[in-house]
Amino acid sequence: MNALILSAALGVIMMFSGILLKSKSAIRMLAIAGAALLLLVNLAEMNGMVLFHVNTRGMIVFDQFGLLFNTIAFACTLLYFILSGKDMEKVGNNFSDYFALIFFICCGITLTSSFKSLLILFLGIEIISIPLYILTGSDKKNLKSNEASLKYFLLGSFSTGIMLMGIALIYGTRGSFDVARLFGPGEVPSVLLMAGLLLLLFSMAFKVSAAPFHFWTPDVYDGAPTVFTSYMATVVKAAVFIAFIRLFDEGFGFLHPNWKIFFVIITVATLFIGNITAVFQQSVKRMLAYSSIAQAGFMMLALFAMNTDAKEGLLLYTTAYCLATIGIFAVLVRMKDYTFDGFNGFAKHQPLLAGVLTVFLLSLAGIPLTGGFIAKFYMLKAAMGASQGLGLLIFAVLMAAVSVYYYFRVIQAMYFKEGEENARIETSAGFRYTLVLMAALIILLGVFPNLLLGFFYF
Amino acid sequence: MIAVLLILVPLLTGLITFFIKDEKAARFWTLLSSLGTLAVSLLGLTVMKSAADLHFSAPWIQPLGTTFTVGLDGLGQVLCLLTAVSYPLVVIGTWQSSYKKASNYFALMLLAQAGLMGVFVALDALVFYFFWELALIPMYFLCSQWGGEKRIRVTFKFFIYTFIGSLLMLIGILYLQSLTPDHSFSLKSFYELQIPYNTQVWVFWLFFLAFAIKMPVFPFHTWQPDTYEQAPTGTTMILSGVMVKMGLLGLLRWILPVMPMAVDHWSYFIPALSLIGLIYASLIAIRQDDLKRLVAYSSIAHIGMMVAAVFAVNQYGFQGVMIQMFNHGINIIGLWVVVEIIERRYGTRKISELGGLALQAPVMTIFLVIIALANIALPLTNAFVGEFLMFNGLFNIQNQYYLWLTIMAGMGVILGAVYTLNMIRKVFYGEARTGLVAGGDLKWSEQLALGIIVILIFVGGVYPQWLLNITESASTELVNKMEIIRYVAKP
Repeated sequence: MNALILSAALGVIMMFSGILLKSKSAIRMLAIAGAALLLLVNLAEMNGMVLFHVNTRGMIVFDQFGLLFNTIAFACTLLYFILSGKDMEKVGNNFSDYFALIFFICCGITLTSSFKSLLILFLGIEIISIPLYILTGSDKKNLKSNEASLKYFLLGSFSTGIMLMGIALIYGTRGSFDVARLFGPGEVPSVLLMAGLLLLLFSMAFKVSAAPFHFWTPDVYDGAPTVFTSYMATVVKAAVFIAFIRLFDEGFGFLHPNWKIFFVIITVATLFIGNITAVFQQSVKRMLAYSSIAQAGFMMLALFAMNTDAKEGLLLYTTAYCLATIGIFAVLVRMKDYTFDGFNGFAKHQPLLAGVLTVFLLSLAGIPLTGGFIAKFYMLKAAMGASQGLGLLIFAVLMAAVSVYYYFRVIQAMYFKEGEENARIETSAGFRYTLVLMAALIILLGVFPNLLLGFFYF
Repeated sequence: MIAVLLILVPLLTGLITFFIKDEKAARFWTLLSSLGTLAVSLLGLTVMKSAADLHFSAPWIQPLGTTFTVGLDGLGQVLCLLTAVSYPLVVIGTWQSSYKKASNYFALMLLAQAGLMGVFVALDALVFYFFWELALIPMYFLCSQWGGEKRIRVTFKFFIYTFIGSLLMLIGILYLQSLTPDHSFSLKSFYELQIPYNTQVWVFWLFFLAFAIKMPVFPFHTWQPDTYEQAPTGTTMILSGVMVKMGLLGLLRWILPVMPMAVDHWSYFIPALSLIGLIYASLIAIRQDDLKRLVAYSSIAHIGMMVAAVFAVNQYGFQGVMIQMFNHGINIIGLWVVVEIIERRYGTRKISELGGLALQAPVMTIFLVIIALANIALPLTNAFVGEFLMFNGLFNIQNQYYLWLTIMAGMGVILGAVYTLNMIRKVFYGEARTGLVAGGDLKWSEQLALGIIVILIFVGGVYPQWLLNITESASTELVNKMEIIRYVAKP
């Protein structure tokens, strides 16, 4: 509850800070302080300090799982502000509004991670989506940004409509929005309920950009200003995944055998399309867009498996994925050339950044010693625990091997190819140290995942 | 404790090496570090032999059911000793070669050593997988950064190949773990498993593919000659001398005792594959003009022989393979040292452009001839003992099929003599080619490295008892384990 109220308040505060504060660095500092505060109050709530008591009539319940995810999301937001806050200045004039919108997204994230009612789920998803439409189009003079925004808005509202339709059908059969009462053991699902479930499934798959609902992703990620792509592809996607797994675990857990086959199809399609298309990209930014689809495919394994391993693993996965991707984007934003060749000779000019980027890329590829490996490992283990998962697993690891190809292309460009001067970028000491900290976190997570997993068992 | 030290010493010294910017200092530091590791390994062989000294276990990721368990048995001892011996040899043997950004080169070499040691001592499947990959990453960077012209493509092929194999192995590990009653990754629980016959037969391949790619066994070998050719020679020495043994160790430790019935099931198919590889690689080696490729194919041939002997499943075969793993490592490093010297001194590796080197470098010629004779397993050299035991193992199976396999293996050995002696004749004897700059004879460091190798060759050939002692209990245990499980499984 702390974070929910504070994030909404911070959003409003940031909106007015544009009028009250003249200097951009002051606004940025305020936003960073706000994100840190958000993280702190959420940590306080994890330890039992609830500052606001609001009767939600059981529509929102802040349990350990949701709170832990909030912590991860806010920590990533904080790191994102520190790394990329300065780059937002270049996007447009409404500097403070961008921060405000991101705080509103945080507000939506708290809702999606803790909902107990379909209504709250819908609210959360919408509160996340609408600021995103704006952020995508924030580079007003850029035609591609406008196009992306329009595309995203049209398709996004369409999928929202489908989601509402699904919720309406389910309400029609059950007479309740309560997630816990959607389907009990031993019942026979009605046709209406199944139809509603499928509609919900499709709209959620759209939001996490799972194939075959992924077509908006590359264009939107590519068209949006790179700073915002970074946030969109990481924290936001992770939040929707958390909502996804909550909905299908708590709401439709007993129907698991019925919808499992859909998840198999979606997972296979997502892994295949994401990985194979990423191989053919020439721009690193677009490659990352497809890689985010591919990674979503791996996260779908958690939904397929739907056991304790899967839920823990999903949190690990989102952490490792968000840290690595935010880090790569933070460097990418400052590059002049977004193609693979733009990274040629990067290690020579920026040995430290190249080393850090290598850690991030290795983590995304799932090489041991990084958080990415433990995360992928958890997903595989979870899917192994579910019945009939073996074929899917073998397919998933073959696709993981494909992913090595495009991640390592960046490493090859950085280290083994001669480059010109355009690989030179300006960085401050703070920027570099934050990146090093993130790389250290990833390695720490890879060697001692207990540090994060321990939260489940105390 | 010994097992942990074997990983920690190269790991920590390797990390420090990144910061030693002076090339000479970095090289000297690497030599010191590798000698330290060798000392630890010898300590484990002689003084601190108790199980408490050799084993170490600590909780690691409890929710996953994995513990950081490492330890040394006879097999591990031999391979750790090989790794520990080969590093000083590699450093001394390439003492005269100079590298760009030498600190990074040596640091990555040491990190690879840490990974290799980890693979050889790991007694927990997840730890094993961890180090299996960790050994690969430094190798990837070493080959892509300091290799020859086509290094990036070739190394990438190598990387993807092995990565696919190891991911499949990961699935195999997960599958076995899901079968264990206590959901543990420890080798002990794996050994206690009783897996149904039909399951074993296919799970076997999940593991075997990873190992087959690494060794490499015949149809999976295509990455190997290119990688050996393109990699910097120091790295090639480690790749061919030590790293291929990861696959053999995997076979002996992670497949045979866990899935004995599958080994039975495939014991006709796989030895045939590996012996086809032996003949095939030997035939190609005869036609090679590039010294590096010749040695690379010769390595495939030797590995083929070892794999076949493993599947014979008896004491002779196992012990022969374990001894041969050590000796093959020493011999092939010797060959690479000579190749490296020739290339640096004369600027070419082409056999057709070389000739009559014996006149210019008599000492080098003597060394090479001894190493080459060891490579074709002449009596009195170290490889003879291992090869003899392996033949014995294959021949001991009272079976028409294995008789033919033994004959095939014998053919391979003869072909081995053909290409090795042919190479010596063309490169060292015959007419001296014009255009070869007289480079003089060996430098002190090269003499030292080759001298040690030759001593090891003769020690291993004349008095192999110490190696036999180390491997005896391990191989007996392996045979017993397989017999028991077979007996239990087939009432």
